[in-house]
Amino acid sequence: MNVQLLVEPDRVHKSVYTDQKIFDAEMENIFEKVWVYCGHESQIPNAGDYYAVTIGRQPMMMVRAADGSINVLHNRCPHRGVQLVGNLKGNTGGAFVCSYHAWSFHLDGKVRAIPLARGYEGTAMNKSNPDCNVKRAARVDSYRGFVFASLAADGPTLPEFLGDAKIAFDDMCDRSPLGEVEVVPYCHRMIQQSNWKFFMENQLDALHPSVTHQSTGISAGRVEKRIKEKEGSAPLHYHYLSTFASSFEQWDSVQTINFPRGHGILKAYMGLRPRDPDTLEYEALLKDAYGEAKTEEYLSRSIHHVLVYPYLSVQSPLQQLRCLRPISPDKTLSEIWHFRLKGAPEAIYRRSLWYYNLVNSPATMINADDLENWTKAQWGLTSNGGDWVSFHRNFGDDRVENGISYSNHGTSEVVMRSQFQAWTKYMQGDAA
Amino acid sequence: MSADTKAIPSAGADMGRLLAQDVVIDGETAGPATGAQRIEPSHSPRATLAGQPTEPRPLPRPETLATPDLHREVEQFLYLQAELLDAKHWQAWIDLFAPEGIYWMPVAPEQTEWESSPSIFIEDKLMMEIRKGRVSHPNAWSQAPQWETNHLVSHVAIERVKGSTIVVRSRFHMMELRRDAIRHFGGRYTHTLLRGDDGVLRIALQRVDLFNSQASFDYVLQIWV
Repeated sequence: MNVQLLVEPDRVHKSVYTDQKIFDAEMENIFEKVWVYCGHESQIPNAGDYYAVTIGRQPMMMVRAADGSINVLHNRCPHRGVQLVGNLKGNTGGAFVCSYHAWSFHLDGKVRAIPLARGYEGTAMNKSNPDCNVKRAARVDSYRGFVFASLAADGPTLPEFLGDAKIAFDDMCDRSPLGEVEVVPYCHRMIQQSNWKFFMENQLDALHPSVTHQSTGISAGRVEKRIKEKEGSAPLHYHYLSTFASSFEQWDSVQTINFPRGHGILKAYMGLRPRDPDTLEYEALLKDAYGEAKTEEYLSRSIHHVLVYPYLSVQSPLQQLRCLRPISPDKTLSEIWHFRLKGAPEAIYRRSLWYYNLVNSPATMINADDLENWTKAQWGLTSNGGDWVSFHRNFGDDRVENGISYSNHGTSEVVMRSQFQAWTKYMQGDAA
Repeated sequence: MSADTKAIPSAGADMGRLLAQDVVIDGETAGPATGAQRIEPSHSPRATLAGQPTEPRPLPRPETLATPDLHREVEQFLYLQAELLDAKHWQAWIDLFAPEGIYWMPVAPEQTEWESSPSIFIEDKLMMEIRKGRVSHPNAWSQAPQWETNHLVSHVAIERVKGSTIVVRSRFHMMELRRDAIRHFGGRYTHTLLRGDDGVLRIALQRVDLFNSQASFDYVLQIWV
């Protein structure tokens, strides 16, 4: 597969969204090599707690061991291949026991007991053979409580992989007076009938909101205006929705920053620093913890959300995280999580919860129209009505410094160009 | 020769003799527990994470004092609400709610409040107005394809009557048609109804527990269930 024929600097061939062979190569060369987000440490507080997680095409499980360490294992019994856990989450006690023939395993994957073990005497399959252990992810690491695994033994370390995109986790955790977040134990799981790349492109696509989300933005703006006229001000959550209907010119002023490896940032535009008593109480707690200067640095970061390419969107100022699990070229699962800032007033959590409910719940008034677009995009790209997808907008107009592309226009398609540069490198086997 | 090393005797080529060697396995053995009997209950991956519910939810007892007339009135109210949704009479549906009325769809059945935990829907009448405005807008792109719903409401039981407040539980099944695909949503409604001074029933709180609320959603819920 010659990916250079598929990706040009300012356009890509439609097959990168539709072709099964390309999808399989993406799983092999990208998702089953890079550091993939498994979950947050607080999802599995006790020994034996586990969550099932998919890395590329591989069913895995993240489990807390008795010594407090976190293991990421293949969800597969080495005997006959049966999955060891059949549900999404739970507690397996001190061991995994296979439901088929009762092979059992320690929480780090090492074989614990084989029934009627003498039946293996003289065979190659005895307890000292590592083939009797559950296969582990090649590498596991975490950053500020967020756990990642890589199925490749070699390659960049987690900090190297995240690069500047690690600000996603710093920005979220620094907003806690204790420097930590904990997971809210419910996960919304949403399926899009479209390729995973549409989500990643859309997250930093500042031209689409006022078109795609016009109906919600205008409807919310109308109610927000009425409340303001009556009460003088309206709660922030109306603004969460109404801002989507901002003008093209306003969106064009919101900058994107595009890093190597495809990561990126959409800078802030929502104005999330109101001066109400709850905010002032919260800022006082941060100042006690970090001092005046650090607090100002943490709260004035201009971030709407951060992308960790190719699968994660972290909205750090509102503690939301969306993680993609591609299923096929035209089907993608997203897992949507919310976090609490440890030590922050409840009011700050409740403010961010409005965004989680209104924008990221399964009854979202925003993604309803995104998903519709991507479904139609998937269908459009399977047609013979054209072969190429255009990313020409503001081509040649972006500022590049030290490998980082800064858009001079918020609506520049530098986002997609940058993501496909990274994609091409990965697909050519260059994971560095 | 001890029992656990005893080999199955050879039958040689005598198939008749081989088939005569019937073995009966008892569920219980006198000797020490082996194999599956040694799997302690704590090794079941079905155990829940801390904080997750382990007990089935209790079923409330129906209110025996509710009169047949009240039963009929409440049933007709729920059927009307379902019909208003299916006929897309959004404003008439919103008008069924009291001024401070709330429509709430929690994520999980154990949730008891919405201010500090996530919801699928949590809407007062202002938020309902925004949702109505969205689906009614000519550029609500996701409303362009064929889109219909069909609600069935049943198992209506009056749970409590206290003064002007009536708590009713019922079951629903909603089929949704979008383009050419059908989705199913089912679950429980719990309506807290208020009888106003004008004698009219209005919804103070409608709690909607989807039985598939934690399954993956293939596309979103655009309107109330």
